Amino acid sequence: MPSTTETSTDVRDQGGAATAVPPGAPPSRARRPSRWWAWGFLAPVTIYLAAFYAYPLYRHVELSLREYTVRSFVQGGAPFAGLDNYRTVLTDPAFGPTLTHTVVFTAASLAFQFTIGMALALFFHQHFPLSRTLRALILVPWLLPLIVSASTWSWLLNSDSGLVNAALGVVGIDAVNWLTSPGWSLTSVIIANVWIGIPFNLVVLYSGLQAIPTEMYEASALDGATGWQRFWGITFPLLRPVSLITLLLGLIYTLKVFDIIWIMTKGGPTSSSATLATWSYRLGFGNLLPEFGPGAAIGNLLIVLALIAGLLYIRIERRQQLR
Amino acid sequence: MTTSTPRAWWKTGVGLVLTGLMLFPVYWMINVSFTRDQDMRASPPHLFPTNGTLDGYRAVLDQQLPYLGTSFLVGLGTVALTVALAAPAGYALAKLRPPGGPALSFVLLIAQMIPGIIMAMGFYAIYLTLGVLNTLPGLILADTTLAVPFAVLIFTAFMSGIPDELLQAAVVDGAGRLRTFWSVVLPVSRNSIVTVSLFAFLWSWSDFIFASTLAGGGDYQPITLGIYHYIGNNNQQWNAIMATAVVASIPAAVLLILAQRYVSMGVTAGAVKD
Repeated sequence: MPSTTETSTDVRDQGGAATAVPPGAPPSRARRPSRWWAWGFLAPVTIYLAAFYAYPLYRHVELSLREYTVRSFVQGGAPFAGLDNYRTVLTDPAFGPTLTHTVVFTAASLAFQFTIGMALALFFHQHFPLSRTLRALILVPWLLPLIVSASTWSWLLNSDSGLVNAALGVVGIDAVNWLTSPGWSLTSVIIANVWIGIPFNLVVLYSGLQAIPTEMYEASALDGATGWQRFWGITFPLLRPVSLITLLLGLIYTLKVFDIIWIMTKGGPTSSSATLATWSYRLGFGNLLPEFGPGAAIGNLLIVLALIAGLLYIRIERRQQLR
Repeated sequence: MTTSTPRAWWKTGVGLVLTGLMLFPVYWMINVSFTRDQDMRASPPHLFPTNGTLDGYRAVLDQQLPYLGTSFLVGLGTVALTVALAAPAGYALAKLRPPGGPALSFVLLIAQMIPGIIMAMGFYAIYLTLGVLNTLPGLILADTTLAVPFAVLIFTAFMSGIPDELLQAAVVDGAGRLRTFWSVVLPVSRNSIVTVSLFAFLWSWSDFIFASTLAGGGDYQPITLGIYHYIGNNNQQWNAIMATAVVASIPAAVLLILAQRYVSMGVTAGAVKD
């Protein structure tokens, strides 16, 4: 199946091959004493991972455990603070609302991206003239730099001169302060994020649809099933594994979203669209006096959330491979 | 075409409308980029750039060329470094079955999931100590973290498909491991190299978070910051902002037109976009 499962299939295949060479394997393989020399090819990327993933991560965790000032950030020697930064963040009155925004932003984005992506995938799966070209064109929002999408949406949703308010005016609805009123800012960034995420959902779900054998539909058509029955009886159950993976990948991606919100609203007004990611950035880089400690503490909470989602993804995907 | 019945064309019509709706913001960006300043706040907004102007694009030429140049250099650097690091690793994981290989693949999978803001803060702390904030190599290195794990996974998936006989034939001909990699594996992996390069370029070109944290105060600022400064300065010249956005979208457009095949490969082969 040409889908997201491809890469980790390989991971698992190698797992099997590396731990136990089956008795029937070619002798040249079984006799080879060690394959450690292969690490010659892996050395660059391993050193790279240690230096440019592990070390920044380590520094990030360290930031959250010390009490940094601008001075000690540059010169070193910040006192160890234990979990003080975490306590500061967790007891901050902004923590509750920000966590809520993060959850709402993620859940709403996923729900709409997935539903619309699924509907479009089903539609494009019908193969009509031009369907390939149009499906490729819909990828555009996903490929654009986020700053391009975010600034375009900022102008579309502009209170005075935006097209959205102009269109609402035509049907007699009052102008909405999309980006500048606390009641609407979160909705606005969700709209933009849904737009960006639809193509990804479409492509992955479409590849899942292609893996469903057409005979199944032909059989049910003979039984006289309606389109709606076919969807709930065949498509939906058979697409469940791919759907789950799409949603989890979407979850991992949406938790990380920072650019769109920061560019459109900077998390405001008055933190009404702030998520964990934008809050962390604001503390570290958005204020005149950086507070790296609490900023890093929030970042680490975000990592924990992302890792839970990530491990869940890997687990589910492996289980599906084993079936 | 077998399905060119009236019903199928009716679906094409619906498909065109849906695609049009999805792409409308892109059209609007282009439209605004040609709109004159005095028409910008017209009510209702002009749906077509009648009385269009090139002022926005003139502003891009005047002000944004250094940013574009930086983005281009950073993109090329990111591509080169990503391929150099990831292609050998993909080969080893796909064909050499080293002990500990699966563990490394697992680490790479996890590495893709770390939010960018965390990497940015860690890099900032390190770069500040090393004094490499606001340098090209610094930004390139940070941007490669967006692409390397994905690249290794892609190379592994694609190189698994290379027939073992081909590699054995090279060994029989007396080629060493390095030579096999260089003159057999790499040439037949052209497709995956193209896919990885395209995505690495696009992601570094689109990067905002590393740019704003690691290069925000220096001479080497990429185009994403060029746009951001426009917005941040409360610039009311939206035609200039949108013209810059249009220019910044060119790599994505080129990618889709020239390499559509590779794009869908990349999307479905297990990518999490940052």
